[in-house]
Amino acid sequence: MTTTTPEGAAAAAAAGGDILRVEHISKRYGAVTALTDVNMHLGYGEVLGLLGDNGAGKSTLLKILCGFQPATSGRILLEGQEVVFKSVDDARARGIDAVYQDLALVNQLSVFHNMFLNREQNSGPLLNNRAMRKLAREHLEEMGIKIPSVNVEVAKLSGGQRQAIAVARSVYSNPKILLLDEPLAAMGVKEGAIILDLVRQLKEQGNVSIIIIAHNYGQVLEVCDRVNLIQHGEITYDKRSAETSVTELTEMVVAEYRQALEERQRLGQHPHIPS
Amino acid sequence: MSEAVEHRTDRPGRPPGETPPRRGSLSFLRSAGALFLRQREATVLVVAVALIIYFALASSNFLGKSNLITWLSEDTAYIAVLAVGEVLLLICGEIDLSVGFIYTFSPFLTYYLISYYHFPGILAIIVSLIMGIAVGWINAFLTVTVGLPSFITTLGTGFVLLGLVDTTSHAEPVPVPPGVQSIGHWMSSYAWSEISWAVALVLLGHIVLTRTRWGLHTVAVGGNLLGAQEAGIKVKRIKYGNFMITGLLGAFVGLQVAFQTNTIDPTAGGYQPMFYAVTAAVIGGTAMLGGVGTILGAFLGAIVLGTLTDGFSIIGISANPLDIIFGGAILIAMIANVQLAKLREAGRS
Ligand SMILES: Nc1ncnc2c1ncn2[C@@H]1O[C@H](COP(=O)(O)OP(=O)(O)O)[C@@H](O)[C@H]1O
Ligand SMILES: [Mg+2]
Repeated sequence: MTTTTPEGAAAAAAAGGDILRVEHISKRYGAVTALTDVNMHLGYGEVLGLLGDNGAGKSTLLKILCGFQPATSGRILLEGQEVVFKSVDDARARGIDAVYQDLALVNQLSVFHNMFLNREQNSGPLLNNRAMRKLAREHLEEMGIKIPSVNVEVAKLSGGQRQAIAVARSVYSNPKILLLDEPLAAMGVKEGAIILDLVRQLKEQGNVSIIIIAHNYGQVLEVCDRVNLIQHGEITYDKRSAETSVTELTEMVVAEYRQALEERQRLGQHPHIPS
Repeated sequence: MSEAVEHRTDRPGRPPGETPPRRGSLSFLRSAGALFLRQREATVLVVAVALIIYFALASSNFLGKSNLITWLSEDTAYIAVLAVGEVLLLICGEIDLSVGFIYTFSPFLTYYLISYYHFPGILAIIVSLIMGIAVGWINAFLTVTVGLPSFITTLGTGFVLLGLVDTTSHAEPVPVPPGVQSIGHWMSSYAWSEISWAVALVLLGHIVLTRTRWGLHTVAVGGNLLGAQEAGIKVKRIKYGNFMITGLLGAFVGLQVAFQTNTIDPTAGGYQPMFYAVTAAVIGGTAMLGGVGTILGAFLGAIVLGTLTDGFSIIGISANPLDIIFGGAILIAMIANVQLAKLREAGRS
């Protein structure tokens, strides 16, 4: 395995290598084709924004990259080597961690149990709650996330706090690649800023590469090095943030909507609001 | 109940290791009271204690040694053991209606293995226990892998088991074979063995549920199935495991009851003990929707049911109205739990 120390990452980046390449990925759920032919790459230390309408296939792609589900076809290259993830644990062991759109928190469990869900600390056959509580508290404090107590059930937290917990959990084991599925969705302005600051902070440290799915183009351009647009299960647009603008991105998506609308009108169907 | 300790030692905003400031005894009582009410087991503990006091006052024999044995070992223990399995299943969003028929079948299997196939007693018992695990596996396979609701799966397997028993035994009871009498003593026919087993299994179950990865993952699977999967938890394994544990406990209880009554009866087991176990779980604070439940609560629930059964018979009231009381108890317990949950909610925010 290639090292991912900052120097290593910098060297690899200088050499023009990608930490992750996705080639001709497709995904079918029964009759539904969610991804047709996705080609994508992620540089060392890069932050990539993934945009696209609802139902475009963003979450589907992310769940393939984090080992949750296999692709129907295509291949994934991690640091130049083809990989097949057998499970979420497998991907995590190779340094890929994710925050899912639905957060994957268990309401009935405490914050610290959620933080360590499926990577619990044990002493012998029993859970080491004391250690997990302490580590969770320290980690959240370090990240500037404020919650009443690590012992409260996550059901008692606000949407933003829950999202913050999910993000904190994903960076706990220092992943090489971090995948964030709409991490700002339930966030207020201030809470969103915490997450964006965190992404910036991780970027400065330079040893993690990030794919972030979001809908707020302003925020995306602010924090991402590059943006990709996914439409109908394919990447249709790939530009550096510096070379695009909120207006251009908005135009792209609106154009897609108009096109669909015209198509429908041409076929004599009623226009409908995209869900 | 361990939650209580955690809450107290971990108030937010206080550095770890620092002792809390001393308060007046009145406010201590009040906060102890609030703490108590926050426990899911609180309501059923109060009910259990009240019933015990009532029957102890109503009949001087109630707390006498011979009745203690009947009350705890015969009327309570079997419900408690079955409830351990049902709580684990209910928490992960499933139920086992067949467990009472595993209970019916397991002593018959022991009898057949010894009488017809000349198995040594201990081996016959082990095979019967494995049968329970195997039925649990089949329940899990049909539910988790094939995708039937467990309510339907276990309804079906339960009937199949009952049919097996009735066909092979011609619906006639058989005696306990002499070869297993001595093991039988340890399993159930010594006066205190059933309740001792029940207490041990309840404690073990409680520790597994509250202090191990298995328990945590069981709650996660019932609380958020997709989320648990996304976190990488092997949700199928958890469900398979809990069905198999429940099957094992069903087979175990069936053997216990056979040894204790010294007869193997095709009418033993069935729906009644299963429903009592689910009732005990529900009265004790286990939600039918998954994600929430306590084994200690279910044990207290089993004590409530056992106390009612035994208490009614000792004060000479017919057992016929018992089910009215049980039904009422379930409804009252559910209402109390819902109301208490609201109170807890209000107390926290
Ligand atoms: N588990 C699934 N089973 C069937 N269809 C699915 C599943 N997950 C997603 N889809 C479908 O795949 C398409 C892409 O969904 P998704 O990746 O969630 O989109 P996005 O995240 O971009 O909003 C949608 O049509 C959705 O209905
Ligand atoms: Mg999505």
